[in-house]
Amino acid sequence: MSTTDTPWALEARGLVKRYGQLVATDHADICVAKGELHALIGPNGAGKTTLIKQLSGEIFSDQGQIRFHGADITRMPIHQRAHRGLVRSYQITSIFEEMSVIDNVALAVQALQGHSFRFWRPAASDARLREPAFRCLERVRLAHRASVLAGNLAHGEKRQLEIAMTLAAEPSMLLLDEPMAGMSPEESGQMVELLQALKGEHSILLVEHDMDAVFSLSDRLTVLVYGKPLVTGTAAEIRNDQRVREAYLGEEAA
Amino acid sequence: MILFLEQLLNGLQFGVMLFLMASGLTLVFGIMNLVNLAHGSFYMIGAFVAAAIVASSGSFVLGLLGALLATAILGIAVEMLIFRVLYKRDHLEQILATFGIILFCNEAVQVIWGKTPLFFDIPAALSGSVELLPGLNYPLFRIGVIGVGIVVAIFLYLLINRTRLGMAIRAGSSDREMIAALGVNIKLLYSLVFGLGALLAALAGVMAGPILSVESGMGESILILTFVVIVIGGIGSIKGALAGAVLVGVVDTLGRAFMPELMRMALSGGAADSMGAALSSILIYLLMAVVLIFRPRGLFNASH
Amino acid sequence: MQVTKTTTLGETVALNEPLAPASSQQHGKVQVSHGTGRRWPLSRWLTLLTFAVLLALPVLLAVLDNSFLLTLVSRCMIYGIAAISLNLILGYGGMLSLGHAAFFGIGAYVVGITAQNFMYGTALMEWPFELAASNDAIVVWPVAILLSALAALLIGAISLRTSGVYFLMLTLAFAQMIYFIFVSLDQYGGDDGMNLMSRNTLLGLDLDNDLTFYYVCFGCLLLIYLLVQRLIAARFGMVLRGCKQNEQRMQAMGFPTYRYRLMAFALAGAGAGLAGALIGNQMEYVSPNLLHWKMSGELMVMVLLGGLGTLLGPLWGAFAFLLVEDVLSGITEHWMLFFGPFLILVVLFAKGGIYGYLIRKEQP
Repeated sequence: MSTTDTPWALEARGLVKRYGQLVATDHADICVAKGELHALIGPNGAGKTTLIKQLSGEIFSDQGQIRFHGADITRMPIHQRAHRGLVRSYQITSIFEEMSVIDNVALAVQALQGHSFRFWRPAASDARLREPAFRCLERVRLAHRASVLAGNLAHGEKRQLEIAMTLAAEPSMLLLDEPMAGMSPEESGQMVELLQALKGEHSILLVEHDMDAVFSLSDRLTVLVYGKPLVTGTAAEIRNDQRVREAYLGEEAA
Repeated sequence: MILFLEQLLNGLQFGVMLFLMASGLTLVFGIMNLVNLAHGSFYMIGAFVAAAIVASSGSFVLGLLGALLATAILGIAVEMLIFRVLYKRDHLEQILATFGIILFCNEAVQVIWGKTPLFFDIPAALSGSVELLPGLNYPLFRIGVIGVGIVVAIFLYLLINRTRLGMAIRAGSSDREMIAALGVNIKLLYSLVFGLGALLAALAGVMAGPILSVESGMGESILILTFVVIVIGGIGSIKGALAGAVLVGVVDTLGRAFMPELMRMALSGGAADSMGAALSSILIYLLMAVVLIFRPRGLFNASH
Repeated sequence: MQVTKTTTLGETVALNEPLAPASSQQHGKVQVSHGTGRRWPLSRWLTLLTFAVLLALPVLLAVLDNSFLLTLVSRCMIYGIAAISLNLILGYGGMLSLGHAAFFGIGAYVVGITAQNFMYGTALMEWPFELAASNDAIVVWPVAILLSALAALLIGAISLRTSGVYFLMLTLAFAQMIYFIFVSLDQYGGDDGMNLMSRNTLLGLDLDNDLTFYYVCFGCLLLIYLLVQRLIAARFGMVLRGCKQNEQRMQAMGFPTYRYRLMAFALAGAGAGLAGALIGNQMEYVSPNLLHWKMSGELMVMVLLGGLGTLLGPLWGAFAFLLVEDVLSGITEHWMLFFGPFLILVVLFAKGGIYGYLIRKEQP
């Protein structure tokens, strides 16, 4: 099934997504190496979230192919991709607000451990769920808030919880959609630290508007404009690329 | 053949009444995202008010106008008092509050008009029948019902596609902010749409009065059929309501008329009759299930 | 509400945080069982109190020489079982089913149909094999539960492919179909329903004795309550609650949510089937009214009245509904005139229901 002699964790070729007349994704290629932190940037409306959805399996592509560690996952539904280790986080916080923080993560752990047609043993005292969940919370530095209702968390904490839930799936690759959106500078700083720690352990595709964070964290970047990758390269290469300056950075500076 | 045509017309006439009910309900569903179980109560109240006025004044026209006016006012009053609060609530709470309205209305008409069903006569001018085809005599009143349905359908088409109010309604079913941007007073728009829905339900009730009996609880049986209609048609779509109403009206009527006979061909007397009755009762629900299996959002879905 | 403040270090610290297992956290483990080493929560006291009162009530009523109330309370407990089962999908699963009475009615009709055939000594069916009717609850009730669950499985399998209002309408439509099927069963009373000659026997117990029947209902209620309590706290319950709050996220995490929701729907059907079998016995009369959509509506009212998504709420709701009905209908024939507006007021102003209100007050 999966060939391991590929250097790529994720390899997407020629992806197309149309909404009626609008071409949201226009023959996009994007490859993320194993262990790489790859950033996806671009002006608003460039189709970054659409591309993430295609990669995670929430929407199917009209054309193109997606390989994950060599295996074709183009037509695979989202929950199967998740089981293979390709997991996304959400731009708009998507947690279970009426459950405690630890329950949120435990639920994500539970998704890994076979079926959940278990009707008798209380999940709340199940060490097989609680211990991995607690470790995830520790990794995102949220362990001290374990028993708080998730809905009562501060915004930045919700984003940390979101990452913890993503980590609980023991993913080999993370698709992170704007993890720093709406964060205070302090909170962003903590998130950069957190991502720095995750880097190397997981392959990461990061969509983010915070350019300082992006340039300090990423191994390589891809600039997306009108659903099409304009250029891919290291931070230095992107900074000095004339096309990027015109299409994107210049626009912001103006 | 004559019998079949007659039943087909009966189906069409029933479909028209369902359309009057469904058009109002589907707008309320589509625009306000409100599950209103009490829509059948407007139908019932329309029928009762008309019957009472006809009985005391002897004028059908007066009864009709009185019922429409009374129900529209009642609809707007209920909208302002109760439904405004409910728009923001979830569907479950809407179901229960409107369930409470049904219980109240059913009991109230019994207190006011008594337990025995009321009857009112078809107006003299419409009491005859016309020979549509050689051998096919069809009651004038029922033709009138079909005519009213066609007029209402045209009226709604023009209202929605040609007027400023209609533009707001169309925008409202997809985008609240858009209506606000158009400078429309949303509260007023909602009240008007609700009043219009109540009025159309009352119109259906008045027309059903001489055909069916006017009694407490008459709103519920047609309410459930109306739900079937708008689910088949696609929530929020007037076009869907029309198509669904005619489909359900015809299928239901033909099923009741001919299913027992069809059954008799296959089975013996008693079993055939009860099987036929059961099958004809559940025919439209089967229809709805089949439609939803192939088109989970109904035939014409307004909010694609 | 959790009060939070941000310290100068940028850490967010919770004030009046519920007793977090701080000591065990330091060892990298988390202890999570609520309650241990802590004062019992109000919900546990109320549960204990409710079942203690129900257990002792017959004695009290015997002293007061009021055996009529015994029947009423049996009835309340039976409706409580139905409401608890509905709450499983409505409150915990977020599935708006307006067809729950169908499963309640199927359970009752299983009792009615077997009882009639048993009385006449006729076979339940002759083809493909002959099946004689039984009058023992140990046979009849499980069949009632099983058939209700099966019907729920079928209806759920189709309805759960849709969502929102479409789901509501589909469950209503299927329930109507089953209603009309029973209406057309002329040999079993059609529209009018049928009277039972006597109640089932249960392993030699005479259920015609109201006191015995009361305790059988009590036992069933306790059993269902405990089962739902376990189920909700178990892994299955976590998935079910997750589906209610954010189904899309559940799928993204790798849960095939459809299967879990369908299982919950079938289990709720089974619970309603048991309640139906009991109500058939209690009234010794079975009619299509048990399957009418208004019955579905009333079960919903009970759940909301007591407390949606709470364990004990639906039971309290059933008691509140039936006792209010009993009292009001004793005062006036037109009690619905008052009950309708009461219901509207409850929805508009009393969010959370009676029991929900009590236990919410306790939480900070």
